Amino acid sequence: MDALVAQLQMQYRNYTVSLYQQGFLDDQFTELKKLQDDASPDFVAEVLSLFFEDCVKLIGNMARALDQTGTVDFSQVGASVHQLKGSSSSVGAKRVKGLCITFKEYCEANNYEGCVRCLQQVDIEFKALQTKLQDMFNLEKQIIQAGGKVPQVDIN
Amino acid sequence: MVCEMETDQQIEEMDVEVLSSMWPEDVGGTEPDNQFNVEKPAGDSDTLKEVDIAEKRTMADLKRLPDLLNTTDQGSSQLTNLVKQWEYMQDHAVRLLREELKILTKQREEAEAKELKIIEEHNFETEEPENVPVLDESSDLFRRFKEKKRDKLVGRKRIEIDEEFDTVAYWKQKALSLEKMLEASTERERRLIEKLNESLKTMESHSAPVEELTQNLKRAEGFLHFILQNAPIVMGHQDKDLRYLFIYNKFPTLREHDILGKTDVEIFHGGGVKESEDFKREVLEKGKASKREITFETDLFGSKTFLIYVEPVYNKAREKIGINYMGMEVTDQVRKREKMAKLREDNAVRKAMESELTKTIHITEETMRAKQMLATMSHEIRSPLSGVVGMAEILSTTKLDKEQRQLLNVMISSGDLVLQLINDILDLSKVESGVMKLEATKFRPREVVKHVLQTAAASLKKELTLEGNIADEVPILVVGDVLRIRQILTNLISNAIKFTHQGKVGIKLKVIPKPSFASDNTHKADAEEQNGLAETSVWICCDVYDTGIGIPENALPCLFKKYMQASADHARKYGGTGLGLAICKQLVELMGGQLTVTSQVNLGSTFTFILPYKVAASNDHSDDQDEFSDMVDHQPEPDDSTEGYFQFKPLLGSIYSNGGPVMGNNFLPHKAMLPSPVKLINGNTGQSESVQVENGGYMDDTRLETGSGHCPESAHQYENGNGRCPSKESESCSSSQASSEMESEFTVSSPREDVQTETEVKETSKQPKILLVEDNKINIMVAKSMMKQLGYTFDIANNGVEAITAINSSSYDLVLMDVCMPVLDGLKATRLIRSYEESGNWDAAVEAGVDIKVLENKQMSVRSTNRLPIIAMTANTLSESSEECYANGMDSFISKPVTLQKLKQCLQQYLH
Repeated sequence: MDALVAQLQMQYRNYTVSLYQQGFLDDQFTELKKLQDDASPDFVAEVLSLFFEDCVKLIGNMARALDQTGTVDFSQVGASVHQLKGSSSSVGAKRVKGLCITFKEYCEANNYEGCVRCLQQVDIEFKALQTKLQDMFNLEKQIIQAGGKVPQVDIN
Repeated sequence: MVCEMETDQQIEEMDVEVLSSMWPEDVGGTEPDNQFNVEKPAGDSDTLKEVDIAEKRTMADLKRLPDLLNTTDQGSSQLTNLVKQWEYMQDHAVRLLREELKILTKQREEAEAKELKIIEEHNFETEEPENVPVLDESSDLFRRFKEKKRDKLVGRKRIEIDEEFDTVAYWKQKALSLEKMLEASTERERRLIEKLNESLKTMESHSAPVEELTQNLKRAEGFLHFILQNAPIVMGHQDKDLRYLFIYNKFPTLREHDILGKTDVEIFHGGGVKESEDFKREVLEKGKASKREITFETDLFGSKTFLIYVEPVYNKAREKIGINYMGMEVTDQVRKREKMAKLREDNAVRKAMESELTKTIHITEETMRAKQMLATMSHEIRSPLSGVVGMAEILSTTKLDKEQRQLLNVMISSGDLVLQLINDILDLSKVESGVMKLEATKFRPREVVKHVLQTAAASLKKELTLEGNIADEVPILVVGDVLRIRQILTNLISNAIKFTHQGKVGIKLKVIPKPSFASDNTHKADAEEQNGLAETSVWICCDVYDTGIGIPENALPCLFKKYMQASADHARKYGGTGLGLAICKQLVELMGGQLTVTSQVNLGSTFTFILPYKVAASNDHSDDQDEFSDMVDHQPEPDDSTEGYFQFKPLLGSIYSNGGPVMGNNFLPHKAMLPSPVKLINGNTGQSESVQVENGGYMDDTRLETGSGHCPESAHQYENGNGRCPSKESESCSSSQASSEMESEFTVSSPREDVQTETEVKETSKQPKILLVEDNKINIMVAKSMMKQLGYTFDIANNGVEAITAINSSSYDLVLMDVCMPVLDGLKATRLIRSYEESGNWDAAVEAGVDIKVLENKQMSVRSTNRLPIIAMTANTLSESSEECYANGMDSFISKPVTLQKLKQCLQQYLH
């Protein structure tokens, strides 16, 4: 049992570190983790599921805005991008945030192609992050089920 | 060579040709340009016949050369050699001729003897038939003689011809044959004489040695040419002015008159010419033959390296008359050699690099191992520690009684220490590489000891007594690297505790005279004590003793080695990295001290380190607060700077010390025993009344002795000495109950619980009202959680308009304002709020299109006396943006993403 826990914990550590190393996450995510306590044990998961819902919604908005025949309302797209940027920044979704910054620049420049490309990338990135984090949460669950404690991962 | 010449000579001896062209006799008459001295292959020298010898390789000053040969040793030796050779040949010839002559003489003698006999015989034979009848009387006698003679000379023949002895025919025949023999003999004699004459004639022809010598010289020269014809060699002779008299060059590019009589410098120009000239001159001056390699860089023959051999030439009077030099072109060899050298050098460099790399790899591996260990350790230590320290800091901002504050101070300083120590472990490598720098700070040894013990006691899980004993003569304030000293003490103490299961662990400090290992220090500790200078050196000996398991003698040597423990069993049983003592030793040695250990198995160990310190003036306590005491600024606490003894006794179960529930206890995993500090004040601080002995701290005589004699009333401090103060006990119990309740509530130790308790305390008094203006749900959620952790609640507005509405309807202590928001952004909203604060009405807001109906109702109830702190939350941290924030009336800004730390700082700044 202990061996299993230890193994899972190790796996969890490595996985988490890899997420940071691959740039999916940044320190803000660590902040988020710190905020999770016994009073709100699923805080991170809650925030993130909210974030992903937000993502879907915002990406949908942006896609619709960009899909307009005729003139595209870039300010509308920009508002959504700003929202997404704020959210991703808050949860530490580093890659998404980085893309949003570029995306925003394209919006401000009224660059349609750039916007479309960014939108596609954001879509891919957020889905990738979702999968990764889902894996991480699953690992956490397994650790807890196995009677262990989710280890704190010191990224530095 | 002589041998060869000899055999040659023997073969050719009989028909030596005399050649007219001779050297050096001919020399005078030859045209200078018509290179005399290159031999045409001599007709008789078969070996050289097919060899093609290039002409015009040698140039010589023809007039001078014979002189030279005559006047120099080298020249005369050559001649002597030739003469000797010739003499030898002559001797040989004479001997041969003599031998021949001897043979001939012998032959002639024989022939004469024969002739005589024949004549005798002939006479007898011819006479006898005629004379017998005439000379009868004498015939007997003659016959007798004849017989006698015949017996003597030709006895055998007589027998042969016995039968026909008397016949005439026989005698006629005999006479005929004899006549023939005589003729032959005469003929032979004549021929021999002829031969002899001929020989004599030949002898005559050999008689001129010059011809012979010329021949030999020619041969010698031919031989040399044969050998040298393809050799890349230049030979020459130069006089003492270094002018060429003779040169042999395989590849002549200059005509004779361009060279002869000139010096190198006159002939060539370019690199190396001067050097060679100088070298030749040097040889000439020193009179010692030597070799040198010179690289020429001339227009004439390009870049070539020559190995030059130069020898001085003396005349027979041992005077220097010039030099001989021989140069061999070794350009290719030199090039190869240089290439080789370069290769070798490269190889060496590569090898060095390789070994360097191997070393680096080794070091890297070592470092990696250490780093890995450190990573694990820092993870294990830092995470809980940051919680401890963070909470303690928050706690220190709350209302605390003196005792609590004191404990808290220890907690914070210890926490800081650990954090620093973690970094310092990294310094271990620095110590090893000699880059660690020591800091000199003033500190109080007593406090250091106390804090170390207190810290150790706080995490004590065993029933151990911790004591500190500082001798009176130890200065109040010394200068040293307090961090390292604490590190050492902490290390040793924790080590001692780890290996001690019962009894006590303690620190003893005393001043000692300058130890022998520090012979360069001339100061005496005692003297320093007396003269009381502000900064003098003092050696303090620190014993860290325990009553633990002890260390077996055989384990002592490797005790201070890295990653080593007394045994593998110990490592398993007690854990630890095995680094502690190694660090201690290195640190002590770095500070110029010495760390030693004495130990007895099952009785305990004593680690002793001796360090030099500077004594600092101790009269300025107040403004010279060190890091341990300056945690507390406002509340006076007992000045324990002169305490000489501390003890921390183990306590059982529910008994808590000091009456005050220490917040920190809640998240210490081991709550069973919290030691209480027992303080005995022996100082002259005049605060003795305020000091209590709590929870039955026992004392013994030794401790009383340590009490300073300056304080006569010290005894009365121990009034509660041997019994527990009932009231204290009950208080302790209640507080422990409270603690356990809290514990059950928050099973996970983390900073939050503490903050929450702090929050609860705050809420009872006054909870600040905060407004968060933020449109992003996720940001709100995160901020909410952070606020909760920090113990605050807040209202939420989703945009500027909502914010204004909220501010209008309620009073806030702080607004956290997102800058970029829909409807009304943060900057505009702030401007409107400021305008409202100034004017007392929302006209500006109304102008901006905010729904005034909502606002009007409560307009009068709003207080606007104080400026409301508005803090911007912005994703752009560029100065432009921050300036924009300030320009719009914001007080500060937090860059996004908001972290707990930033939020905490901000709230602390604006809410306290």
